[in-house]
Amino acid sequence: MTDTKGQILGFVRDRYPQAEITESQDIFALGFVNSLFAMELVMFVEKTFGVTIPNEELRIDNFRTANSMSELVTRLLAEPAVA
Amino acid sequence: MTVTGVAPPAAAPPVPAAGTARVTDRRSARAFVDTHVAPYADAYDRAGRVPEELLRRVAEAGLWAPFLPPGAGGTGMDWVTLGEVHEEVGRGCSSLRSLLTVHTMAAWTVQRWGSPEQRERWAPAFAAGERLGAFCLSEPGAGSDTSGITTTAAESGGGWALNGVKKWTTGGQRADVFLVFARTEASIGAFLVPRDTPGVEVRPIDDMLGTRASMLAEISFTDVVLDKDALLGPSGFTAGMVLTGTLDLGRYSVAAGSVGIVQACLEASAAYAASREVGGTPLARLPLIQAKLSDMVTDARAARLLLAEAGRLKDAGEASTIMATWVAKYFASTAAARHASEAVQIHGANGCSTDYPVARYYRDAKVMEIIEGSNEIQRTTIAGQADRERTG
Ligand SMILES: Cc1cc2nc3c(=O)[nH]c(=O)nc-3n(C[C@H](O)[C@H](O)[C@H](O)COP(=O)(O)OP(=O)(O)OC[C@H]3O[C@@H](n4cnc5c(N)ncnc54)[C@H](O)[C@@H]3O)c2cc1C
Repeated sequence: MTDTKGQILGFVRDRYPQAEITESQDIFALGFVNSLFAMELVMFVEKTFGVTIPNEELRIDNFRTANSMSELVTRLLAEPAVA
Repeated sequence: MTVTGVAPPAAAPPVPAAGTARVTDRRSARAFVDTHVAPYADAYDRAGRVPEELLRRVAEAGLWAPFLPPGAGGTGMDWVTLGEVHEEVGRGCSSLRSLLTVHTMAAWTVQRWGSPEQRERWAPAFAAGERLGAFCLSEPGAGSDTSGITTTAAESGGGWALNGVKKWTTGGQRADVFLVFARTEASIGAFLVPRDTPGVEVRPIDDMLGTRASMLAEISFTDVVLDKDALLGPSGFTAGMVLTGTLDLGRYSVAAGSVGIVQACLEASAAYAASREVGGTPLARLPLIQAKLSDMVTDARAARLLLAEAGRLKDAGEASTIMATWVAKYFASTAAARHASEAVQIHGANGCSTDYPVARYYRDAKVMEIIEGSNEIQRTTIAGQADRERTG
């Protein structure tokens, strides 16, 4: 597992210690995500990986699983920063 | 502070003293409030509004949106300092602090979620106080239950058509632009609506229990045609984040204002207890009064620390700031309501009169337990955190 993925999973598991979550599990399907958690998740990703997630990337598919979030981070880190 | 020779209700509010220095920290905020705000706050309360001159002084002091980056007209003030500044304003006048709160919510939302064009259009005007913002979420039929709002924004002709009624909009009588939350097909979106857009109608709401000078309004939007770029932020599942983030800042500012109310209660009560004698003994020597004062001192410090912690986490970009802000607001608002009640008690009949500010603190503090998430909603949310983080 990549470090990015591990950190994201660690964050989700920290918030929901009683749930067993894997890297490919859809956290929306598990019913975890309310707007408060969505906000926390986005803040966590931005802060931990030093990225700004543009509005058009704030799509549900980018946040369904630790895998998809990790791919989003990798993609954002590869892109030149835009103003 | 004692105010005598007061103006009758609805008289024009008095003009604050001239000469305004920039506010950059707690100390300068305190000086600003002691000069321009606190001496007049009871009169603003009775007039049911603050004067335009005060709004201009706030602009001259750079107080409207100092957290915006320098490029957008702010000074990049950190959140810990902003909390201290809003505390000081709340100590002097909860109505003005309320106006700052909703303006902060609008300005931050544009900065955080706006496109570069939206930021360029609005942020400098918000920073300079040339345009004042207000926050429109609550409706006649929906307050705590935000999912119950019925205002709609339908895509139409490449833009949006907005319909619905918003109620209890702080600053609505005066604001130039409304940050309106409305149902879209996908979820709830945030829209910037200039006041002068055809179809916008503002009806003042006067004579509220507290924050009486914060110029509330009910606002109806009838077939209001908006450009495509009136929508702020993403649509889809994350649209709810715009509201979450906006409310988080509102809650932070109200928490700060509540700390200010506790501090104001303490200062007024300590002064009164030192000068008022019963049977030849100053109130301040009576153990039952001392107990009230000691609890005010303790809660003011505790609430301030919770606020500072929430601010520190905001400055660090930590996600845990959201829950920390809930906790700070819950603690500070309940402390404000409790201590404002005790401050009136310490003042006896004087506390029930217009000769002392504590009756205003009492009325304003009650509002703090209702706005930006009522006490019940705060407790439910905080308990939800305890539940989701349980390990067993
Ligand atoms: C002075 C003032 C200024 C305001 N300014 C603004 C503003 O600028 N913009 C804006 O959009 N709104 C504003 N509001 C409205 C404010 O946000 C709402 O009043 C608040 O959200 C509560 O909603 P409500 O009044 O509809 O009460 P309701 O939601 O009807 O609640 C009534 C009571 O039931 C309790 N309750 C509700 N749900 C639950 C639950 N699930 N469990 C237990 N108890 C519950 C509440 O805590 C409350 O005690 C303002 C209100 C005031 C008083």
